[in-house]
Amino acid sequence: MESGGTASAPALVRFSGIQKTYDGEHLVVKNLDLDIRKGEFVTLLGPSGSGKTTTLMMLAGFEVPTHGEIYVADRPIKDMPPHKRDIGMVFQNYALFPHLTIEENVAFPLAVRKVKKAEAQERVRAALRMIKMEPLAQRRPGQLSGGQQQRVALARALVFNPQLVLMDEPLGALDKRLREQMQLEIKQLHETMGITVVYVTHDQSEALTMSDRIAVFNDGIVQQIDKPDALYERPVNSFVANFVGENNVLAGIVETIEQGYCRVALASGGTVTARAVNVAGAGAATSLSVRPERIAIVTNRAAGEGPNRLPATVHDIIYLGDHTLAVLEAAGNEEFMVKLQPGAHGDLSHGQQVSVTFSPEDCLALDPM
Amino acid sequence: MTEALLTGVDAPTGVPLRRRLKRAERARQVKALALVVPLLLFLLLTFVGPIASMLWRAVDDWEVPRVLPHTVAALADWNGKDLPDERAYAALADDILAARAAGTVAIASKRLNYALNGFRTILASTSRNLKTAPEPGTARETLGKINPAWRDRGTWSAIKGAGGPMTSFYLLAALDLTRNADGAIVAAPPDQAIYRDVFARTFTISFGVALLCLILGFPVAYLLATLPPGRSNLLMIFVLLPFWTSLLVRTCAWIVLLQSNGVVNDGLRWLGIIDAPLRLIYNRFGVYVAMTHVLLPFMILPLYSSMKAISPAYMRAAASLGAAPVTAFLRIYLPQTLPGIGAGGLLVFILALGYYITPALVGGGGDQMISYFIALYTTETANWGLASALGAVLLLATLLLATVYGKLVQGQQVTGGMKN
Repeated sequence: MESGGTASAPALVRFSGIQKTYDGEHLVVKNLDLDIRKGEFVTLLGPSGSGKTTTLMMLAGFEVPTHGEIYVADRPIKDMPPHKRDIGMVFQNYALFPHLTIEENVAFPLAVRKVKKAEAQERVRAALRMIKMEPLAQRRPGQLSGGQQQRVALARALVFNPQLVLMDEPLGALDKRLREQMQLEIKQLHETMGITVVYVTHDQSEALTMSDRIAVFNDGIVQQIDKPDALYERPVNSFVANFVGENNVLAGIVETIEQGYCRVALASGGTVTARAVNVAGAGAATSLSVRPERIAIVTNRAAGEGPNRLPATVHDIIYLGDHTLAVLEAAGNEEFMVKLQPGAHGDLSHGQQVSVTFSPEDCLALDPM
Repeated sequence: MTEALLTGVDAPTGVPLRRRLKRAERARQVKALALVVPLLLFLLLTFVGPIASMLWRAVDDWEVPRVLPHTVAALADWNGKDLPDERAYAALADDILAARAAGTVAIASKRLNYALNGFRTILASTSRNLKTAPEPGTARETLGKINPAWRDRGTWSAIKGAGGPMTSFYLLAALDLTRNADGAIVAAPPDQAIYRDVFARTFTISFGVALLCLILGFPVAYLLATLPPGRSNLLMIFVLLPFWTSLLVRTCAWIVLLQSNGVVNDGLRWLGIIDAPLRLIYNRFGVYVAMTHVLLPFMILPLYSSMKAISPAYMRAAASLGAAPVTAFLRIYLPQTLPGIGAGGLLVFILALGYYITPALVGGGGDQMISYFIALYTTETANWGLASALGAVLLLATLLLATVYGKLVQGQQVTGGMKN
């Protein structure tokens, strides 16, 4: 999974105590400390307005931090103009120059660096070959499809071998199928070229697919920085649990905490056992988080008693091809979702009274929402 | 189904697809046509018609054929080398008598006087002294006696040259050319050869004004396109303000400002920069200042619209790719404003070509543009032929420039790459 960056590699980019405000009243980025290692693919993930794009723009040099310093290869770059930073950037709307051909677009960074013509030509050709766009070299951007334009934008950002490549929601304007294809292509480019990428997106599945590490932003604060699997399996708070992947939330009060596990009295009655991840202590409010694929439905209510077993009513069965989604009402949550294997829903019907059950391992007690 | 689409024939009805499409669209087309008909008629009556008639006047030669019809007929087979034969003299005598009775001698003499200076006197003396039709066979002698000019071949070639129905005389005159007695095209005598200079002056001033408008308008348009909406709207009002003021008022305002005891001269003297008032008006400087001011919005608006379409992402992309601000401006921003520069430049240039009132009011004698002469010939001397010819040459030159511009632009058509 971890192709490029390792824990021992030195930090290429270091955000140190970065704050940013536009209006002098609200901090868009609050006290950001973040290290990005050489060769790493780091995604800044978060809803709009969470500060992720502002962070990227500060790194690119289009915004100036209100406080703090950014280091690239141990050099402070806060006062360095963007064109001297040697950072390639891919924009959401491609920003290919419409008056230049594809070839001229890709050659632009080399031309402004006064690279010798023959060498530049060779590098441009290699870059176009890499994205399989050689035959279209003489076209103009307006004559290409969105996916082709984005490939050219990628080639243009990579052709001058920058120390760092930034991508600002580069796939946002593409349709789903093309987006997934491009995700794999970008991932592959990253692995073969060993480049360092900082990628901004609000699409959590995109982040999970491509990243070595993901920094989840909310409200100008990095909530968690971790590998994709850790982020999904071990979210540190309710925001991360809800933002990354599907999640069922149950509200309750902590009764006791013991050896990392706690008893939680649900607001709707009944108690469950959960892993105590982020709870203040006995008597505090908590939000329980259970992933839909970690829940089983028991049709026979009477059969046996488990530790975490709640009565539920089936509201809807949604067939989704590779799996089936059951929407139930359980413990006061009207949209309690359970992912079932295909064919496992045969005897479920609308309005049926069932039980849902999950192991304490898979139920996380987090901060109250 | 695929086959049916390829052949254009639909199986159930057998009617070709193309024809059915046409039929289906006909109602829409009729409706569209009905919407434009009023304007089309209006334009035909008020624009196309007058221009066509003006162009026709530039070559129309009706005066002499109408007043001296028999003479023109008799000269039809004259070789032009010797004096015409007796028949032509007799016809001329008849025509002059008839014209005197009808009171139309002046019409012909005005036209013939353009062709040959002094013809007015020749015709006047002849019509005054020719009492009756000369005896058959004596017409040449009689007329020659009344005015010896009738023994001159040039007099007759002037009549033949003006014999219609069409003439190149006015158009040649508009280009400082004329025909000699042999009908060859030669340069006009220096005292009449003024129009090439006037055309050159007209194009120079227009080009200069367009250039000044570009230099002054570009930064303003850039500000307009990049300021936040609130402030750019305010600025836009200032740009459009001149449109809401009469052209005459604005020109007169410049007279007030620039005259010897005007605001500018007084201010400079008060500051001690100058001792004697500068001559700022009734010369080329005044023309440039006033015309640039009047035409500036026509440059700013097309520039603004082309700049508004340039996403700020382009400049950011250029910077991230390593281009310093000046490089990014020259290689990325400026090329994308070229359509706006072209459109604004052409608009200002063509509008300036036809400017009349501003140079007439703030210019000196040597700053008058072609439209001044067109107005002069139309309203003062009633030489409509020459006025039309000057207009036609101006129109042709303008169309030529516009076509060249169109071809240049077509070569580098810019298509937007942003999908917003």
